[in-house]
Amino acid sequence: MGKLNTNPNVAYADSVYQKLIDAHAGLSDADSIALNARLILLLINHIGDREVVESAIELARRGGGD
Amino acid sequence: MARPTGIPVWKDIGVATPPAEGTLEEKKIVIVGGGPVGMAMALDLGQRGHEVVIVTRWDFLPAYSKAICWSKRSLDILDRLGVGQKLVDKGVVWNVGKVFRGDEKEPVYEFDMLPVKEQKRPGFINLQQYYAEEYLFDAIKALPNVDFRSGHEVTGVTQDDGGVVIDVACEGVSYKIRTTWLIACDGNKSSIRDLMGLDFEGRVFEDNFLIADITMKQGRPSERWFWFDPPFNPGQSVLLHKQPDDMWRIDFQVGWNIDREAMTRDENVEPRIRAMLGDDVEFKKEWYSIYTFQCRRMARFVHGHVIFAGDSAHLVSPFGARGCNGGFADIDNLGWKLDLILKGEAPESLLETYNYEAVVTADENILNSTRSTDFLTPKSTVSEAFRDAVLTLAADHAFARPFVNSGRLSTAVAYPESPLNTPDEDMWEGGVPPGSPPLDAPFGEEWLLDQLNGEFTLVANGYDGGAPEGVRLIDLSTGGGSNVLLNRYDLSPGAACLFRPDQYVAARWKKPTKAKINSALRRAMGK
Repeated sequence: MGKLNTNPNVAYADSVYQKLIDAHAGLSDADSIALNARLILLLINHIGDREVVESAIELARRGGGD
Repeated sequence: MARPTGIPVWKDIGVATPPAEGTLEEKKIVIVGGGPVGMAMALDLGQRGHEVVIVTRWDFLPAYSKAICWSKRSLDILDRLGVGQKLVDKGVVWNVGKVFRGDEKEPVYEFDMLPVKEQKRPGFINLQQYYAEEYLFDAIKALPNVDFRSGHEVTGVTQDDGGVVIDVACEGVSYKIRTTWLIACDGNKSSIRDLMGLDFEGRVFEDNFLIADITMKQGRPSERWFWFDPPFNPGQSVLLHKQPDDMWRIDFQVGWNIDREAMTRDENVEPRIRAMLGDDVEFKKEWYSIYTFQCRRMARFVHGHVIFAGDSAHLVSPFGARGCNGGFADIDNLGWKLDLILKGEAPESLLETYNYEAVVTADENILNSTRSTDFLTPKSTVSEAFRDAVLTLAADHAFARPFVNSGRLSTAVAYPESPLNTPDEDMWEGGVPPGSPPLDAPFGEEWLLDQLNGEFTLVANGYDGGAPEGVRLIDLSTGGGSNVLLNRYDLSPGAACLFRPDQYVAARWKKPTKAKINSALRRAMGK
């Protein structure tokens, strides 16, 4: 079981971030929510580690602090 | 009220003659409730030789179909009670479930309820509840020690340290029974629970389902078919099950704000059925009703000498087939414990483990039902978006299919933390650990579970150390069994597995000794 990595781990952060924002361009709020849902499910499956995923969910739910 | 209006009669069983007005009878076991759970309880304790009174307010078995899906584990239990084959002979066998979305012809998800083959019973059979009740009733009537009081109603309950006194009414006659144990199998609206003022906590889901039982000729396969958002019920779900006698069960999700009476009128149900099955379909109405989901349970199932089992103790949404099957799990767990207590072989505290294990089972059933219901009926925009994302991705990507939840169907529940288990002291390559339900396997020309018939049983691959009193020994090295059985339980030469009377695994050893077996036996009896 892994631990959630909260250190910098993505090369080309600006590029990846922009890709995420661009994906939502022109979408209604409902379509954006749907896109995010698909994206989250894909990433959860790719990570595959229950503890890591659950830690990420808890951290996000806390508003990102600590 | 022995014969309420509006409920169709499957079989008239008559009003049992009551004793004289004001009589006080003395009994050891009284079961309240003549549904499948109460009757299975009566059959279990009756077959163990106990005098049992079963009190039920109706004088007939009702003809409408309620429970229809009987799980493999329930069939195992009913086999032990001698009626399993009757259900299987009449029932529709199925193992496969398919989930469809919209108007797509190919399922987005498919599951097999019996992934491990070479077992006696299938994953499920479908059968109208009244057939199961009739078979149980016939088996009970063959037992002279079970007193079936149909048409009798419990109107009062009081309890002291030694037992329970109930007031009973039958056709204007009132009498009392003082009983050592009272088992309340009187369903969702349990009168015993109400009379005792006990809690029943949980959630009501704000959704309704229209349940239609119809008869028609259809060549569809014996599979569970489930639709999300089909054209014939846009934005909602539909479930289709095949039953014997050309009967079909259709569940239409219909939402929360509905006129329940109008919804079940023929002229409102039939267009839904025609939209689903075609305008030219010929069918006959059997029963239409509205169902609202609830997930609830009592905080405790044992209250002194009053014990709750089945829907009186816990209630779940029906999409996992966990209602009646959960009730059978209760009586399977309770029967042997009460038997040992009544015979003075186990302390009354053994019942606390019924409370523990039945609550573990109820919680697992409620957890699964709640998750399924949340998937079927999303509670927020985001929840709905995730549900739809799962269904969209599942069409093309295998990873998303396990997330599709149209009901996680009932399988036997393990109690890995039960105090009755003797923890492993050896290294095992898989097998079936203590606290787990049994896994069936071929046994010569027969099946393992048929050998485990209600007593403590040691199944060994070669053992000559002698079995303690109260333990039956089956030594596979002298015949019986199969390689499949040895592999499933990891029974290397000399190893053995101790099964409880309800077939759960209590303990296992690579090299058992009589002292170790005896110690595990005592622990499993709550001593």
